[in-house]
Amino acid sequence: MNEVYRYFLIFLGALLVYNILLIRFIALCPLIGVSTQVETSIGMAMSVLFVMTMSTAASWVAWNYVLTPLHVGQFLYIPVFILIIASLVQFTEMVIKKTSPPLYRAMGIYLPLITTNCAVLAAATEAVKPGFLKLNVVYNFSLPEALIYTIGVAAGFGLVIVLFACIRERLETAPIPHSFRGAPIAFIIAALMSLAFMGFANLLGL
Amino acid sequence: MDISLIWKAVIALGGIALLFGILLAIASVRFRVKTDPRLNDLIDALPGSNCGACGFPGCEAAAQAVLDGKAGVDVCIAGGKNAAAGIAEVMGVAATSATRGVALVHCQGGINETATRAIYQGIDSCAAMDKTAGGSKACPYGCLGLGTCRDACPVNAIYLDEDHRRCVKRERCTGCGLCVEACPRGLIEIVPRDQEVLAVCKSRDRGKAAREICSVCCIACKKCEKACESDAIHVVDNYAVIDYDKCTQCGKCIEACPTDVIVKVPTSSDRAAVGSSS
Repeated sequence: MNEVYRYFLIFLGALLVYNILLIRFIALCPLIGVSTQVETSIGMAMSVLFVMTMSTAASWVAWNYVLTPLHVGQFLYIPVFILIIASLVQFTEMVIKKTSPPLYRAMGIYLPLITTNCAVLAAATEAVKPGFLKLNVVYNFSLPEALIYTIGVAAGFGLVIVLFACIRERLETAPIPHSFRGAPIAFIIAALMSLAFMGFANLLGL
Repeated sequence: MDISLIWKAVIALGGIALLFGILLAIASVRFRVKTDPRLNDLIDALPGSNCGACGFPGCEAAAQAVLDGKAGVDVCIAGGKNAAAGIAEVMGVAATSATRGVALVHCQGGINETATRAIYQGIDSCAAMDKTAGGSKACPYGCLGLGTCRDACPVNAIYLDEDHRRCVKRERCTGCGLCVEACPRGLIEIVPRDQEVLAVCKSRDRGKAAREICSVCCIACKKCEKACESDAIHVVDNYAVIDYDKCTQCGKCIEACPTDVIVKVPTSSDRAAVGSSS
């Protein structure tokens, strides 16, 4: 298979076919929590993209150069990845607070939220641990593949959360029965969007 | 199971943890941002409702502005004397209290007072109703009664009474002015808190036309102008306007007004929408 086409398939698989929010239902808390305004959802999506890519790169190095040579990866991967993600987010927060106050104001409030976000851990684990993900174009990720996969996951997260926020902004003025306002109608919308995304199943043989 | 696996696990996890620990320790020194320790005290002294009436985006920005010398201790309009005293204590200067106004809705017309000319069934917002052929009320200047101001209020000081009139709980209102911007008809004004004599109608219709559709409208009869001894009340654009600087709050205009548009707050009569607090 052509190398570029393979990368494209990995990206597409992460973006649509195995969409992290609507197909695998990971990280539903930000989907409901930070999707009331398009502006905040874009901020959250950008922060997730940034943190996810960085933490996957670090996790990939830790897995291939520390955990695998010592044969401890199979049971130690979760604590190690959590450690890496939390430390990196903390480090990033300090760096951008010092170097770029405007970026800190835009992203700063989302960074602590992302520290414990399950989507980041899921993306890192899937892109690093061989066989964890049932994506049939790739079994053992190389570093570029892992990064492309992660960017796909983050883009899928961003796509869905921004679409969701657009719908919720319209819902503000819609005549919804009182008991359905807020979270209940949000869950119904999420379910309908999930049904729509399930239509991508088996796209290009993924 | 091989016992050396435990040592390997300890080394792997411990090594990575140590590495990141050192990295974070170095970063915390190298990338330290000096924040004034007084900043948090200032934030505590402010009300924290982030109303934005001071002109800064939120209470934290206002606290920063005070530290930077861009704002005085009286920066917080909503917090009034308490906030000013708190800020003054943190900054170590004498307090000068901010003048804290109170919101006034310039309309007393509820469903019993003002005629209805249509039934509105659209988006639940005054701005939308106003755009939809001028709304359901016969008076083109009066309160639409859907409560955009209530939704804008960060401290829940505005409520709807049983006659669909907007009322302000004066003891709750912080005078932040968010409702002023929210009202599509510009009916809300921040008035001085100690001003108790108020003219509450903004109908620009002439007397007869206004009278036909509303029982509590200003008919521009100018009786209040004649009754006033301190030249404080005038009819402008067919409704009475009080000059709060000149007004002595003698109450003669209240007696003179034939349509009860001029009221004194807090009133015991439940006819007066302004100032009723329950």
